Amino acid sequence: MRKDYKLAKRKYVIGGIVLAIACIYIVRLFSLQVLNDDYKQYADGNAFLKKTQYPSRGLIYDRNGKLLVFNQPAYDVMMIVREVRPFDTLDFCRTVGITREQFDKRMEDMKNPRLNPGYSSYTPQTFMTQLSAQDYGRLQEKLYRFPGFFIQNRMLRQYAYPVAANVLGNIREVSPRDMEKDDYYNRGDYTGDLGIERSYEQVLRGEKGVEILLRDAHGRIKGRYEDGRYDVAPVSGKNLKLSIDIELQAYGEKLMQNKIGAIVAIEPSTGEILAMVSSPTYDPSMLVGRERGKNYLKLNRDKYKPLYDRALMAAYPPGSTFKPTQGLIFLNEGIITENTLYPCYHGFVAGRLKVGCHGHASPLSLLPALQTSCNAFFCYGLRSMIDNRTKYKSAAEAFNIWKDYLVSMGYGYRLGIDLPGESRGFIPNSNYYNNIYGENRWSALTIISVAIGQGEVLATPLQIANLSATIANRGYYITPHLIREIQDSTINAEFTTPKHTMVDSHYYDYVVEGMRMAVTGGTCRIGAIPGIEVCGKTGTAQNPHGKDHSAFMGFAPMNNPKIAIAVYVENAGFGATYGVPIGSLMMEMYLNRKIAPERKYLEERMLQSNTIIYSGVKKH
Amino acid sequence: MTVILYLILVFCGWVSIYAASYDFDNASIFDFAERSGKQLMWIGLSLMLAFMILMVDFRVYETYAYLFYGILILLLIATIFLAPDIKGSRSWLVLGPVSLQPAEFAKFATALALAKTFGTYGFSLKNRRDLFKAVFIIVLPIVLIIAQKETGSALVFASLIFMLYREGLSGLFLFYGLCAIVYFVVAVKYSSLMWGTVAAGEVLVFILIFLVVAGMLLFYQKNGRAARYLMLGYLAVGVVCGALLYFGVALNLLYVCVGVTVATVAYLLVLYFSSRSLRVLTILATALVSVVFLFSVDYAFNEVLEPHQQKRIKVALGMEEDLRGAGYNVNQSKIAIGSGGFWGKGFLNGTQTKLKYVPEQDTDFIFCTIGEEEGFWGAAGVILLFVTLIFRLITIGERQHSAFGRVYAYCVVSILFFHLAVNVGMVIGLCPVIGIPLPFFSYGGSSLWGFTILLFVLLRIDASRTERH
Repeated sequence: MRKDYKLAKRKYVIGGIVLAIACIYIVRLFSLQVLNDDYKQYADGNAFLKKTQYPSRGLIYDRNGKLLVFNQPAYDVMMIVREVRPFDTLDFCRTVGITREQFDKRMEDMKNPRLNPGYSSYTPQTFMTQLSAQDYGRLQEKLYRFPGFFIQNRMLRQYAYPVAANVLGNIREVSPRDMEKDDYYNRGDYTGDLGIERSYEQVLRGEKGVEILLRDAHGRIKGRYEDGRYDVAPVSGKNLKLSIDIELQAYGEKLMQNKIGAIVAIEPSTGEILAMVSSPTYDPSMLVGRERGKNYLKLNRDKYKPLYDRALMAAYPPGSTFKPTQGLIFLNEGIITENTLYPCYHGFVAGRLKVGCHGHASPLSLLPALQTSCNAFFCYGLRSMIDNRTKYKSAAEAFNIWKDYLVSMGYGYRLGIDLPGESRGFIPNSNYYNNIYGENRWSALTIISVAIGQGEVLATPLQIANLSATIANRGYYITPHLIREIQDSTINAEFTTPKHTMVDSHYYDYVVEGMRMAVTGGTCRIGAIPGIEVCGKTGTAQNPHGKDHSAFMGFAPMNNPKIAIAVYVENAGFGATYGVPIGSLMMEMYLNRKIAPERKYLEERMLQSNTIIYSGVKKH
Repeated sequence: MTVILYLILVFCGWVSIYAASYDFDNASIFDFAERSGKQLMWIGLSLMLAFMILMVDFRVYETYAYLFYGILILLLIATIFLAPDIKGSRSWLVLGPVSLQPAEFAKFATALALAKTFGTYGFSLKNRRDLFKAVFIIVLPIVLIIAQKETGSALVFASLIFMLYREGLSGLFLFYGLCAIVYFVVAVKYSSLMWGTVAAGEVLVFILIFLVVAGMLLFYQKNGRAARYLMLGYLAVGVVCGALLYFGVALNLLYVCVGVTVATVAYLLVLYFSSRSLRVLTILATALVSVVFLFSVDYAFNEVLEPHQQKRIKVALGMEEDLRGAGYNVNQSKIAIGSGGFWGKGFLNGTQTKLKYVPEQDTDFIFCTIGEEEGFWGAAGVILLFVTLIFRLITIGERQHSAFGRVYAYCVVSILFFHLAVNVGMVIGLCPVIGIPLPFFSYGGSSLWGFTILLFVLLRIDASRTERH
């Protein structure tokens, strides 16, 4: 009996083993089901076919509500190779408008792993893209005869005006890098490329929706998951209203034809960009549809670089358009008063150094200096400032203060426009010169050309236009921008906040007066518009590439300005020859919506002229 | 209480089969064309069967135990020759519209026969004749079922070792069983990892064998001195080998192991002759058998097992990841269970099982459906239900006055436990895939009837435990 009793204890061993196994299994279940999340994702990938519902992209309007960019449906022919059954190839080719050879070529390209790395005979592959509406209609009717083929709807962009390509940008298929950076994108999605399409991509694209279908182990669709309870409807992209006046833009592009350069027009009170022309330009519809790749390559190889938005990417020597900034700095620093006179002996002479000038009265004060664009006045002014050892300890200190003023006016750094690719221009600081000449080994005379916008300083047409807007506002600017309204949303606060320069507001009145004088009786006379008080400043920038660049900066009307503008025409000679006429015509067109008869000849001259021949770029 | 547990399990099983075979187009749980409908029919018949079993006098089972056994053995033999080939195995007897799997009923008959044998007066496992008789009763159906190529069902009979243990078989055999599994797993898992010219698996198993020998010596010897010497010796050899390898001496570890084995055997012999202790001899035998076992593992694995079995074992050991082939089932099954989360996706909301990603999901892999739809709490709950049932059965077994009742109860416990452990183990990827059903859950009349008979005969016997024989 004792023996039996001992054996009876063995039930604990057996029970223990059962419990141990049960515990191990429960722990394993816990780790599989609760701790580990991977299996849930595998499961979703297994059973759900997530069919993307594409949202329609937001529309783009100009400031007056004119539709600029909208969507057009396009149709891609897709195929799942494994589901293709024998069909009448010739009939198919006829229907979609290709030859038998093209058909074979397309099949080959599609299966080529180098051209199409994602190829699989199980998944939908693009056979051909962007079928025309007629071909689509015909194919749709016959589709049942071609098993394995189906049509996928796509949205393409369409442009109402053949202008403003540099502003609007375009859309392209996403690259592997896009997909890496933002997992919103999948292969075959579109994303904004250049321009507004790029910078407002997040707003324009909307939200993709998804339809969750159930797929069994053989890949067959078994219906909608939970009757579509978890489906997400796509959210359309938001519409944008731009600050661009599309008619002004078109007029600007017309005036700039056969010229290289840029126009930027800003509404001073809001910082809104009214027109932004970069020339030469192209029709935005070129980068839509089947021809996109070919055209893109063509534009990219064009020697005049039409894809390069000169209005904000090109850094030019600002030339005499820089002079108002100098006058403002000198006034604010107390270097000069409005009555200070400097001599001009056909230029600025200091020892062997001479900066040339042209004939006008001498000596002269700030206002006539601006009126006549006197080089000597500003060279004397800069020397008085940089070499002033009572006010500043060193040339470097004085120069850094000078630089800070310019930065406060929007030079030397990106302004922060809502377009990609803006250049920051260039304003040197004292370190820059220390590195070149050595510390304390340079003086005002070494760097004197910066006073007249030559030498090291560089600015984008946008920065020059912004200066014009700042002067028009008497001392502040609002970051130039293209966005006016975003549907159901507000624009960036940066675009509504005024930024004041370091120069006291009342000094601006002198500069405005000087610029007004330039139009009434100075370098900008040709820019006078009947009935409108125009203010302006020419620029003629020497450059190493050939003939001088022709520049103009101005605004109108003088009081309560509505438009500030900068024009920059490469290798076109004096500012008064091209810059002033184009700038004044633009302002006149914007303010009056027509060109006065007595100025028609000017418009005609601009339309007829061709300065591209001086650019030094040899065509072929 | 046992009956309630049984009913709960069977009901859960039925619902799970409905969920597992649920089709979006065809959704009635009572449709007899569907598996859930058929299972309902099987359940009904099972209940009738259970009722009949409870009506019959308990003595019948004891009296006709050998008869049942004989009939089933004959059926098994007949099956080998008569059964059509279904998925590579010949285990189904087709009788008109119904097909039966005699192997499922052989479990019951064997349990009954064993109980009767053990219940005879003066039976003792210490008696070599009696031991042989018991082993014969177990091995005969195993051989016949293997001949039907139903290795999984045959393995179930190996679980009866638990019953033998309860009835006095030395605990060493359980230990040996565990050792054999561990050796096998280690040897196979590390068979392709090479240490020099030698497979790491072999060396590791040798090290395990040495540890076992030293451990047994420590366990059996009162003062433990001999064990300590042995351990020190092993440690010394280990340190020397490590040092040599560290300094870049090419060493054939296998020769070292064999050398150590010879030394160990010599040492044990010396111990035996000085103490004349039989236990030392047992240890010696263990060591030698282990070494022989080790060298036969490779051969057995590569030559005796069929390729699909080798693959399944490799998959379970994580050596291969054949997701399209042998590993497909288990991987999909893990995905299904893993995607269930804590609370599950809800009844009939499982996507993996609904969409037929898991093969055999209403039979051997039914546990997936529970794991996916009812989540962790459901799956763990089912395991706990089974554990409760098993404990209940152990209690019933222990309260029997007769060896017959007790042995029969432990047979049921062993078989149930083995099914649970292996089936759930394979579904959650801890065991190799062995095609045996989850009791009461898996679809199929034979299996359900088999377990119903096993269980209710026990209940019938239990009900009359106080009556005289």
